[in-house]
Amino acid sequence: MSGGHSTYSPTTGIGRWMDARMPLPRLIHDSFISYPVPRNLNYAYTFGGILSLMLAAQIITGIVLAMHYVSDTTLAFQSVEKIMRDVNSGWLLRYMHANGASFFFIAVYIHIMRGLYYGSYKAPRELLWILGCIIYLLMMATGFMGYVLPWGQMSFWGATVITGFFTAIPLVGDWIQQLLLGGFAVDNPTLNRFFALHYLLPFMIAGVVVLHVWALHVVGQTNPTGIEVKSKTDVVAFTPYATIKDAFGMIVFVFVFAYFIFYIPNFLGHPDNYIQANSLKTPAHIVPEWYYLPFYAILRAITFNIGPIDSKLGGVIAMFGSIAVLFFVPWLDTSKVRSAVYRPWYKLFFWLFVANAIFLGWLGSRPAEGSYVIMAQFSTFYYFAFFLIIMPVLGLIETPRRMPNSITEAVLEKNKAGASVQPAGAAASPEVKG
Amino acid sequence: MSANDTIDPTRRDFLYVATGMAGVVGAAAVAWPFIDQMRPDASTLAASSIEVDVSSLTPGMSLTVKWRGKPVFIRNRTPEEIKSAQEVPLAELKDPVARNANLSGDAQATDIDRSAGDGKENWLVMVGVCTHLGCVPLGQQGDFGGWFCPCHGSHYDTAGRIRKGPAPENMAIPTFSFISDSTIRIG
Repeated sequence: MSGGHSTYSPTTGIGRWMDARMPLPRLIHDSFISYPVPRNLNYAYTFGGILSLMLAAQIITGIVLAMHYVSDTTLAFQSVEKIMRDVNSGWLLRYMHANGASFFFIAVYIHIMRGLYYGSYKAPRELLWILGCIIYLLMMATGFMGYVLPWGQMSFWGATVITGFFTAIPLVGDWIQQLLLGGFAVDNPTLNRFFALHYLLPFMIAGVVVLHVWALHVVGQTNPTGIEVKSKTDVVAFTPYATIKDAFGMIVFVFVFAYFIFYIPNFLGHPDNYIQANSLKTPAHIVPEWYYLPFYAILRAITFNIGPIDSKLGGVIAMFGSIAVLFFVPWLDTSKVRSAVYRPWYKLFFWLFVANAIFLGWLGSRPAEGSYVIMAQFSTFYYFAFFLIIMPVLGLIETPRRMPNSITEAVLEKNKAGASVQPAGAAASPEVKG
Repeated sequence: MSANDTIDPTRRDFLYVATGMAGVVGAAAVAWPFIDQMRPDASTLAASSIEVDVSSLTPGMSLTVKWRGKPVFIRNRTPEEIKSAQEVPLAELKDPVARNANLSGDAQATDIDRSAGDGKENWLVMVGVCTHLGCVPLGQQGDFGGWFCPCHGSHYDTAGRIRKGPAPENMAIPTFSFISDSTIRIG
């Protein structure tokens, strides 16, 4: 799609002068104005834009918060309270940043689910998908370290538990943990380095986002039919069509975001994090931030030894494995059909997977005892079975539905079905609801 | 290059390889300080020995002190607690190793080897960190009357040995010694 030649032609003298020396305006024009996008994109496809907005919002609020925050164990908690009470608009900036992290993850989960549903990871978009997985990993690391900074009880004990994962590694585990902590327990050196890295990682995310968008613009966007773009009638120009659609998606998303900031700013947080960290007292029930809960449930589901692997290492392997498996999805899915729209069985298993992931999240918030552990084990099994059994096998045995020949045909068929309510000429309209 | 090659390595080939290798070694040497700085620093290592007065602890009382940023439990155990720990057959233990830094690595997790030793069996000194993922267990709780970790449900007995739950090892016993009848040096 991007292989086509550029349609940019500068109209001013300055534009021509610049274009001959460093064609940045041409790059922007080709990427965000004339860039062709499939005409049938639905609102699930607006989350890439929403994620860019959230990244920018997190970086901007984060930079101003760093101007008031102190990364010292004796002062960190008070400095956050000072931001809340004394700094002008500090409460707003901190609530934007804290809830922004949650909304960043809400958006990325919808974005990932959209990719899994419409088969966006399939050739030739494997690298695009892997870059997305790397961004997700970096987001998790950033979110984790950011949560440590307020130096509350959950900050401290979450950091203790998560860095404790590394002690499960045979032989070098303790050495690695001390390298991460800068000591024998979570303390001042840990807080300082987490602050430095929490400031660094979002810029690394921004760098990988550039690669992600680059890869996207080389292979072109997928669309709900999963059929590649074949002709000019399949596409519309990025501006105004995708620009306006993305903008509308952002506005609706920010409405919900604003509701949380202004009405329930602590809904997604944990009250124990308003108690200053105490290294001698563990909270009754350590829970990570909600967006890690499914993985926390998987960690705790492994309560048995597997051969030479003890339950602790097994849990850590399962947890990291649950993310690592995402990297292999392009090769695990054997189906020739991209979109779940034409895959009745995959569609069923996909929605079961979504329900299961949410259920795992709920289990992660429960104490690890009794029937919760059993349920987490079944849920963990389905999580892995979806990727390692269902995806490869289903692609070989499933009979897909008949597919239209092109995006245009799919759109016209859909319009014909609702022709009685469509005004004349609607078939040619690109703003078809997906 | 194999012996069959008609072209012998030239002096220039050698220089390329030598320069490349010097570059790799140099890059590794420069990288090391950047990794090394993350390890525990001198002040952290220096604070690795403390002395604790335990004269006020009567049987059944515990003291928690902070050592290397971690809690250390010092417990003057009651005769019942010692007895119940002594009666446990070693075969029942999930971790049969003493995990006592004052003894050899293969010492068995008998009650005497978990305690401060002959004549001081009532004293139990251990790092109060659950061997699962590092939470601080709660004292005199759980199914075995020892410690219970609220995070992921590990139960320890009155000698701090793991008996039930996900933790893999007994709680660690640090290097310590009685420097007088009422003072313990840890570390």
